[in-house]
Amino acid sequence: MSILQIKNLHVSVETDQGPKQILRGVDLTIRNGETHAIMGPNGSGKSTLAYSIAGHPKYEVTEGEILLDGENVLEMSVDERARAGLFLAMQYPVEIPGVSVSNFLRTAKTAISGEAPSIRGWVKEVRESMDALRMDSAFTERNVNEGFSGGEKKRHEILQLSLLKPKFAVLDETDSGLDVDALKTVSEGVNRAKEANDLGVLLITHYTRILKYIQPDFVHVFVAGQVAEQGGPELAERLEAEGYDRYVRA
Amino acid sequence: MNEQTKTAQHGLSEHSHGAGVPIQIRSARVRSADVNDFELVTQREEQWRYLSTDRLGGLLGELEEFTGDLGLTAPDDVTTAWVGRDNELFGKAGLPEDRISAAAWTTCDAAYLITVPSSENAQEISLKVTSADSTPSALHLIVDAKPFSNSTIVIDHTGDAVLAENIEINVGDEAQLTIVSIQDWSEDSIHTSAHFIRLGRNARIKHIVVSLGGKTVRVVPSVEYTGPGADANLLGVYFADAGQYLEHRPFIDHSEPNCKSRVTYKGALQGTKAHTVWVGDVLIRKAAEGTDTYELNRNLLLTDGARADSVPNLEIETGQIEGAGHASASGRFDDEQLFYLQARGISENEARKLVVFGFLNEIIQQIGIESVETRLAESIEAELARSTH
Repeated sequence: MSILQIKNLHVSVETDQGPKQILRGVDLTIRNGETHAIMGPNGSGKSTLAYSIAGHPKYEVTEGEILLDGENVLEMSVDERARAGLFLAMQYPVEIPGVSVSNFLRTAKTAISGEAPSIRGWVKEVRESMDALRMDSAFTERNVNEGFSGGEKKRHEILQLSLLKPKFAVLDETDSGLDVDALKTVSEGVNRAKEANDLGVLLITHYTRILKYIQPDFVHVFVAGQVAEQGGPELAERLEAEGYDRYVRA
Repeated sequence: MNEQTKTAQHGLSEHSHGAGVPIQIRSARVRSADVNDFELVTQREEQWRYLSTDRLGGLLGELEEFTGDLGLTAPDDVTTAWVGRDNELFGKAGLPEDRISAAAWTTCDAAYLITVPSSENAQEISLKVTSADSTPSALHLIVDAKPFSNSTIVIDHTGDAVLAENIEINVGDEAQLTIVSIQDWSEDSIHTSAHFIRLGRNARIKHIVVSLGGKTVRVVPSVEYTGPGADANLLGVYFADAGQYLEHRPFIDHSEPNCKSRVTYKGALQGTKAHTVWVGDVLIRKAAEGTDTYELNRNLLLTDGARADSVPNLEIETGQIEGAGHASASGRFDDEQLFYLQARGISENEARKLVVFGFLNEIIQQIGIESVETRLAESIEAELARSTH
């Protein structure tokens, strides 16, 4: 059993006008195998939550806690968090010129598991994961995220998810910029990772369409840096019909 | 990359750039094999302005002929010979443009000539220049890539040396040559090297300079065209540690119509008094209509106390060109790249190494010959392993 607890989380971000408060007391508990959808209008703090969990230096936690199986995540560096079992699928993954996907994947796997994977087994595992995500094998020769289409970037993020086998994955708007076919492929990849590793998922999205492919157990509506409402999958259906207007106006 | 970028596109009007200090039209510079035709080496001379003379050590005095080892690996039909000044190839590709190059020229009564015959299949040649003593010495190499030849030559400089070198590179009509010069000397070594590249009609050269080891390394490659349609692609990679001085001064002299040139150098610097200098000169003469040229230098400053000088110069004497441009940028680490890699479990130190490796490897990836790419990528990885901890 694994558990990720977010307690009374307050986060501010540094801006040109000084620090700006984004999260104002977020409480969430995710167990392995569970899928939680975080939905909300633009600017409600969804991505800030994602980056705060991963430890991006731009975001400062001013109050509250993040615990992974009781361990204080906020005291860990970015890479320590990843090695502890947290994964962030990024909305805008950055290019790393001159570093091939295959070099990057092998380096990450080695870092996470503490030893280099056996070459033959690793190559096979990468190939199988890529096949399942309908990625061409030549993809590994390309430089990380360089010249990738929106769909290729998202597939590459989910490829890492399936290979690095974290305990919890935060998917930051993984559905944005994907056509229906790509959305389906990527969602299947997430579902496979859930099944294979009993992964806990925090699915951050603006739209409900990805929830047709990745079934949430819980839905949390984010407004102005707080959870405004939570419920089961039926809440997503209601948002689909009504939008976020009633929260924003309230 | 967080960096300050200076870029310029030059098109139809005449244009020139200077470094702010003595602007010297490159074409007006002295070219001679006689050392007495040159002023003494001082930082008042534009060519030496960044390089303090004590860094040149014994190269400023009397030189002896190189007594180190030249280890050649080549297919049977590639021939080698020591040739004297009476050989028609001695001095064919160019003449010295600075005093140390001229001193080396005068010192060497013989040059080591590598002749590559024409052939359809690519010939792979390796020359290991190894030295074990630091007697100030001089070496003269000549490459003669015959018309229609196709070859790759890797020249590897290792050991202890105080060496002034001239390398003449003749690339015949329709020939293709990839030539790599690696400077990976011991940390006290001093090395200056002038490369004279002479291109025939429709000749193509990829010229790659990799400077990693040595107290002082200065490489000055110059390209001359003798017929239309030739293509020069000059690539460079360097990594300067604390106390190292690495200088590269590529010069492209466009004198023939419809030729192309690309100059792309990237360097990383780390540690106190790591200093790199890149001065890229491109001259487009009146006759060189239809020229297409672009030069780029980028530097990654990994720590405080390192200094990268980067000066692109372009002189244009005709407006009838395809394009001419340059860019120069020196910057620091992109924190978003580090975040991305660390978010995948890679430690900050490993992540930095990977980003620097990638930054330099982007040049290596342009070589297009897998065996050479693998080897150079390994050299850079080894350099990073040595210098970061």
